[in-house]
Amino acid sequence: MADKTAPPPAGSGAAVLADSVPAAGPAAPARPSPPVRGGGARRRGARRHRWPVVVPFFAFLAVCFGLPAGTMVYGAFTVVDSATGEGRFSTENVSGSLSGAYATGLTGSVELSAVTALLATVIGTLIAQAVVSSPRPALRGVVVSASGVLANFSGAPLAFAFIATLGTTGTVTQLFHLDRTGFSLYSFTGLVLAYLYFMVPLMVVTVLPALDGLRSQWQEAAASCGATRGQYWRHVGIPVLTPSLLGGAVLMFGTAFASHATAAVMVGSSQPLITIQIANALNGNVLVGQENLALAMSLNMVVIALLVMAVQIPLQRRSTRWLG
Amino acid sequence: MARMKFTSRGVVLPLAALYFLVPIGASVWFSVNEVEGISFDAYTKGLGTEGLTTSLMLSVRLGLATIVCGLLLMVPTLVAISLYLPRLRRIVEVLCMMPLVVPPIALVAGVTTVLSWEQDLADTPLYMTFQVLRDEEFPLILVLVYTVMSLPFLYRSLDAGLRAVDLRTLVEAARSLGASRLQTLWQVVVPNLRTAVVGGAVLSLAMVLGEYTVASVLSYRPFSVWMVEIKDSEAQLSVAAAMLSLLITWGLLLLLTTLAGGRSRRRAHSGRENRKKTVS
Repeated sequence: MADKTAPPPAGSGAAVLADSVPAAGPAAPARPSPPVRGGGARRRGARRHRWPVVVPFFAFLAVCFGLPAGTMVYGAFTVVDSATGEGRFSTENVSGSLSGAYATGLTGSVELSAVTALLATVIGTLIAQAVVSSPRPALRGVVVSASGVLANFSGAPLAFAFIATLGTTGTVTQLFHLDRTGFSLYSFTGLVLAYLYFMVPLMVVTVLPALDGLRSQWQEAAASCGATRGQYWRHVGIPVLTPSLLGGAVLMFGTAFASHATAAVMVGSSQPLITIQIANALNGNVLVGQENLALAMSLNMVVIALLVMAVQIPLQRRSTRWLG
Repeated sequence: MARMKFTSRGVVLPLAALYFLVPIGASVWFSVNEVEGISFDAYTKGLGTEGLTTSLMLSVRLGLATIVCGLLLMVPTLVAISLYLPRLRRIVEVLCMMPLVVPPIALVAGVTTVLSWEQDLADTPLYMTFQVLRDEEFPLILVLVYTVMSLPFLYRSLDAGLRAVDLRTLVEAARSLGASRLQTLWQVVVPNLRTAVVGGAVLSLAMVLGEYTVASVLSYRPFSVWMVEIKDSEAQLSVAAAMLSLLITWGLLLLLTTLAGGRSRRRAHSGRENRKKTVS
């Protein structure tokens, strides 16, 4: 590439074609060139020495991601004969992972993710819109930094915060005698409440740039055409935002779907969730010879995540057209 | 207009504040509330316990190793791609986003299976590699898995950083002044990517410090696993530890805004403010 370009004009200062320069020492003797180490050798090697830079990256991914992922797919379709120890191709694991308690777990996870994604998208957008339309810039700073922290506050610590608040001996439970109303944190509702704690801030951070992109000229134009505020949102605001909102919802779904720690610490196995079932299977709580069931369940998760993510790709293109 | 103000700011924000502040306040109260009044024992005595320091130190060491590993992989790769190998950009982007499709629990299911090959490889040199990977003192396997999990945000952060600087000019200038490739990378490119590098690093660290799934399945004992282990015997201490981890996350992100809050960020921010002023 660069070694085919013409030698740089002598004395042209610093910003010239870099790769050709160190080697071009003899061609441009007038330049006060700094000491060049191994000039000629480097030029000849320049072209060859570019792609090795990216080899570690691909090698790393192949070993640390490709190998486990490949094993997962292979294992999901393999049944190990307990007598001979030999594996054979079979769809038993996959069909097993899609029936009975495991099917309940899968649908439970999908339901929980869908409900929390919907709620987080709506609530997060409302909060973000409240911040964007606020005349005080300080409010924005506070909300953005708080969202950054809270979006990262998930997993075990979050579960403890909710147990301490709304658990059986939690502060709020005791204060308002919530146990008498039949409320339980260790339920679907409890999980939704806890998940929203990190999903809403994540949605706020995600959707803020899109709301910033809504130009107030559009609103003024709509208003001068006689549109009410409701009409503006129905015909202009929401349609322009739809791709971003759906993209955010997809991200929310993926986040909720992949969550394991919060639910594992809070409700244990009492709620049927696929992540908890996989963890239980991996910890040896299934019958011997059924380890591959965990791999089949993992494969199901990946397939669902892929399907949901696939929704986002065409949407993103549309979103950049208006809000880019 | 007035109605809109009422609905969005007058109701949404106070409700949100209530929802987000109550669990924190209630947790702090839970951790200090004793039968005979208020006691800060969970914080003063509990946080000094050996289990906490060992597990927290393990988490921090894992986090730092993950950052080093991730940056060493990603910075040269992304710089090389934006300079010389633009055709690889798309595939690298897709590969970096793969961990978003494969949830940690699914990834660790695959990793467990790979690790279970250890017995079959007992006679080969690879056996030693497995031993090193699973070392109790410093489980390298966790670093590797965490590095994979941190790729999406490292990519996003570094990609945004690389788009913001005129990389080609910078590299050409440095090279024409006689800097070697490594010097260029280390003394010219990386300082210009400071915001992106720090941003990616802080997010990785926050992720590793709070990570539970992978570590618990592989039976190691970093901070959050320890927190869960003590929850039945010392509930107050576990809640205090949860608050500590919130504080650490907050501190880390504060550090990020301070360190990275240099020129670029301020410029972007004031630009946005200006635009809002002119149009409103």
